[in-house]
Amino acid sequence: MEMLRIGCGSGFSGDRLDAPVPVVAALVAAGGPAALMLEVLGERTLALAQRDRRHNPEGGYEPALEALLRPVLRDCVAHGIPIVTNGGATNPAGAARAVLRLGRELGLGALRVGVVEGDDLRGTDALDDLEPWEGDEGAVLDPSAVIAANVYLGAAPIAEALRGGAQVVITGRAADPALALGPMLAHFGWAEDDWPRLAAGTACGHLLECGSQVTGGYFADPGLKEVPEPHRIGFPIAEMREDGGFVITKPPGSGGLVDLRTVKEQLLYELHDPAAYLTPDVTLDVTTVVLAEEGRDRVRVSGARGGPRPERLKATVSLPGGWLGEGEISYAGPHARARAALAGRTLRDRLALLGIEGRVRVDLIGVVSVLDGDAGVLREAAALAPKDVPEDIRLRLAVATDTREAAERAAREVLSLLCCGPAGGGGARTRVVDRIRTLSFMVPRERVRPRVSFLGLEDVA
Amino acid sequence: MSRRVEVPLHRVAHARAGDKGNRLNVAVFAYDPALWPVLAPQLDEARILALFAHRGATRVRRYDLPRLGGCNFVIDDVLQGGVNGALNLDGHGKTLSFRLLGLTVEVPEAALGGGEVSRPGPS
Repeated sequence: MEMLRIGCGSGFSGDRLDAPVPVVAALVAAGGPAALMLEVLGERTLALAQRDRRHNPEGGYEPALEALLRPVLRDCVAHGIPIVTNGGATNPAGAARAVLRLGRELGLGALRVGVVEGDDLRGTDALDDLEPWEGDEGAVLDPSAVIAANVYLGAAPIAEALRGGAQVVITGRAADPALALGPMLAHFGWAEDDWPRLAAGTACGHLLECGSQVTGGYFADPGLKEVPEPHRIGFPIAEMREDGGFVITKPPGSGGLVDLRTVKEQLLYELHDPAAYLTPDVTLDVTTVVLAEEGRDRVRVSGARGGPRPERLKATVSLPGGWLGEGEISYAGPHARARAALAGRTLRDRLALLGIEGRVRVDLIGVVSVLDGDAGVLREAAALAPKDVPEDIRLRLAVATDTREAAERAAREVLSLLCCGPAGGGGARTRVVDRIRTLSFMVPRERVRPRVSFLGLEDVA
Repeated sequence: MSRRVEVPLHRVAHARAGDKGNRLNVAVFAYDPALWPVLAPQLDEARILALFAHRGATRVRRYDLPRLGGCNFVIDDVLQGGVNGALNLDGHGKTLSFRLLGLTVEVPEAALGGGEVSRPGPS
């Protein structure tokens, strides 16, 4: 039966830049129809890109896109392997022009780049018709404060671009699995209401979308879950058949592993109700999925069920989120924990004395930090019943404020501990960043109008 | 009938956490799917809610995955603002899977393979 291979060369905006190279090499060596997906767009990335674009109208797309594409673009073009990426962020056309310039520099001739737009809801009537997502109940939107508002598009416009001959397809916000489903729709010609196949393709895209998270990344636990050569984990390749049956594997000779455990963990990653995962293309049920190891680093996935796609699409709206001030300082040796705790109390008293308003959190890194709540319940419990007293503690202050000045003033108090705080503090660092708050809303499907266009060398100065 | 022993969940199960907004999911799987029916009744929603009460969790739902030998917990409001609003160093709550794996469970001693945790050899 005919097979389409889909490789994933990036699973998030901070991923390893050299990951696509072995994936493309394996796709080329295997021969036959294939596509490469690159997922690089985080929830927050769009809002940051929107700000970037204010200063640089030609920017606003994923800055690492060129670094990811440069080593693989030639092979992909030469072997007819289309590349699908959401690295367009707020400016897919700008990203497309950058890809065209890269192709020209590499001497690849006339490239055809597909651009998918229509995810940006700013200035459209869709903004008038938003309802909060169930996880953000009660959220009220002030349209004048919106930095970015992007709806998750599905696979159809990606497939349209591929059918139109695009060698690279650049999107803004699209559902991550759609980056894989789009090539399947274009290749196999699946109908847009063929729920069983769309479910299989979406399950496949979901397993691929975080890159190495299905091939041994985010998995190792020494002694329990060993991962071979974690410094060179092979990113995943799916072998999809026309009937929706598929295998997850990885490039031969690469590090990492694919087994039942890695696939199970990723199958449920960021899912809520596993019987009703809502995507723009299908409502996916993974509770019926059957996994089978089929040789080394090969897992066959079958049994995903699908229901009609939802009538409302999810949109992420970004709003100004105030300021975050942070500071850290270390205490080590005898009585380190007591001195760090004293420093923490001193900071709280200082912020009160200075009248700095905002949420405040203190961590004793090395005693308890990330598992605790803002109120420090676990830290206090640890103080009452110290099991063993660590002798290398990093105190961290975090303050959320409305203004930059207040955040800077709070962070400065950590620096001041170098002289004014308990004995022996050192290695102070501070950081102040503005924050973007994101809320999720649902928008009626009919309000969303995806657009596909094509750019070529003639569109590049 | 095999004697039952207390072990950290970490010894018999693996887990992964993911976030969406202020909501966290933690999927938990028994290494040996046959052990899942023993673990499931010990990991009820109330116990998980209590485990995350100090972080303001308001609701836990458990979705069972019998074919995969595990379940998915969905925990509301546990991220205290989520990745874009939290004061926590780990705003995503990615480390919280290991808080769950720190729970104690009772398992038949035989399930531990002679009392030693079964360890895959170095690759």
